[in-house]
Amino acid sequence: MNKKLVAFLCTAFLLVVLPAVAQYAGNFWVRAIDFALLYVLLALGLNIVVGYAGLLDLGYIAFYAVGAYMFGLLASPHLSDTFSTIKSLFPGGLHTPLWAVIPLGAALAAFFGAVLGAPTLKLRGDYLAIVTLGFGEIIRVFLNNLDAPLNITNGPKGLLQIDSLKLPLVGFDFGRTGELLGFEVSSVTKYYFLFLAIVVCSVLICYRLERSRIGRAWMAIREDEIAAKAMGIDTRNMKLLAFAMGASFGGVSGVLFATFQRFISPESFALQESVMVVAMVVLGGIGHIPGVILGAVLLASLPEALRWVAGAFDLQSMTGGRIDAAILRQLLIALAMIAIMLARPRGLWPSPEHGKAAPAPVR
Amino acid sequence: MAADIVLNVAGASKRFGGVQALSDVGITIRSGEVVGLIGPNGAGKTTFFNVITGLYAPDSGSFELGGKPYKPHLVHEVARAGIARTFQNIRLFPEMTALENVMVGRHVRSGSGLMGAVFRTPKFVAEERAITQRARELLEYVGIARFAEYKARTLSYGDQRRLEIARALATDPTLIALDEPAAGMNATEKGVLRDLILRIRKDGRTILLIEHDVKLVMGLCDRVTVLDYGKPIAEGSPYDVQRNEKVIEAYLGAGHKAH
Repeated sequence: MNKKLVAFLCTAFLLVVLPAVAQYAGNFWVRAIDFALLYVLLALGLNIVVGYAGLLDLGYIAFYAVGAYMFGLLASPHLSDTFSTIKSLFPGGLHTPLWAVIPLGAALAAFFGAVLGAPTLKLRGDYLAIVTLGFGEIIRVFLNNLDAPLNITNGPKGLLQIDSLKLPLVGFDFGRTGELLGFEVSSVTKYYFLFLAIVVCSVLICYRLERSRIGRAWMAIREDEIAAKAMGIDTRNMKLLAFAMGASFGGVSGVLFATFQRFISPESFALQESVMVVAMVVLGGIGHIPGVILGAVLLASLPEALRWVAGAFDLQSMTGGRIDAAILRQLLIALAMIAIMLARPRGLWPSPEHGKAAPAPVR
Repeated sequence: MAADIVLNVAGASKRFGGVQALSDVGITIRSGEVVGLIGPNGAGKTTFFNVITGLYAPDSGSFELGGKPYKPHLVHEVARAGIARTFQNIRLFPEMTALENVMVGRHVRSGSGLMGAVFRTPKFVAEERAITQRARELLEYVGIARFAEYKARTLSYGDQRRLEIARALATDPTLIALDEPAAGMNATEKGVLRDLILRIRKDGRTILLIEHDVKLVMGLCDRVTVLDYGKPIAEGSPYDVQRNEKVIEAYLGAGHKAH
């Protein structure tokens, strides 16, 4: 018990000190860590769908997009600039506070999760993956093209000037560098702590869901759907619940992304991102929370680390421009993924094996 | 006594394309009975099972459970109504522990939802404790309590069968339907299974049993229904059924005489 407490305190200390160290090395690194946290949130959400309920969803990034566009529309000048009715209603422009949009974004994404999940209920495995992939792309194509006849999403140009997070009552602005006990606290570091708090809450929610009646029902569906039905589990509702629950994590992550980045466009929600999140879940250890977090952190930070390595050695000029840092990065990530899957097919940190030794047969 | 009747099925029919898998099959099971369903391979025993448990939608037939009509269209509704089943080829949740498998069986008799789980409400905690306790009792009951923390797939064949029975019992069924529970078991395992079925019956549960092992069926069942080509050909006590001409013909072909 004591050991656990020490481990917990050490982790907490490291997590608090991490941005300070990273900030010393440059805000670029803190920014990379922030993005890693957003990916952790996405991976945790997808883990509910893929890891617990066993439904392979290749269009998950759509819910990230739903959350991001929701905040983007509710807290940027786009809508009030485009529509005179909204301009007259909100002369100062729309500035919905983040705290209101987070639950709304979660709810809207959950709604989309259930709506997109409903037609796929009878599908399994590969077929489910293909349909969800299609749905994910449909959402992106919509965002890309909903600039005419009514300019709702501003099309490929995306939404600009999205509000950063401000707490006017205490005079705290996440968008500016502040000061704490004589230390300079940059904007990205402030966001780091906000994201960290939300990730910690999400981990707790996932952990509790896993050890509950609902979580067991999801896993039963993953293991054997017919047997789960025969045990009285309403598989239709449980699957919809898994889709909705997973999507809500994506929605929250999207809202945070929009306020952090302050600019969104459909490009950020391409198929590759969906594939990346699935890779995080699978590579880390499907259905196992610590594994999923590890997978997300690794895959989110690896590109940044490789970018730095490539930059430090200046590969481009060394090879006479034949090897571009960006291409090399892709190649190395692919190699790393193959190596991990060969060496650890169940993921880097899979859930522990119970009962490794087969029990003695009945005599 | 009508009140004593647990399951009453009449005129159940099911067709798969050109194959009439079941035609006009009926069965009546009274409370506390062990009823056997036998017949040669392909006679429609498992189809009948799948129809009464909702896995296949019947083409026609009337279905009553505990005096109330039920529609066998949704599998999970049938489980809620009170029929629990096992499968011919074991269908456990292989990557979950034995204990978790039985806990899933309690799903239908518990009700906490998402909010209870996320906020760990006192109601949720109490219910969860009750589920765990009941699951442990059931593992003890079927005799595999020491494997509670093992993954289901690591259990031996006979233990997996018993785990499946424990999981079915966890739904508090009024009727427990066992689909060839002794298939692939050795003589010792069959003896253990027989004792278990007798104990379940002694504890007041009603059992419907599909079985190939005639010795086991004859020793366990109060009444036996025989199916052949999807039609019921005989019904009665094991003793009578064994001597029925039609049954002997179905099993051994025409030309054999009862002795």
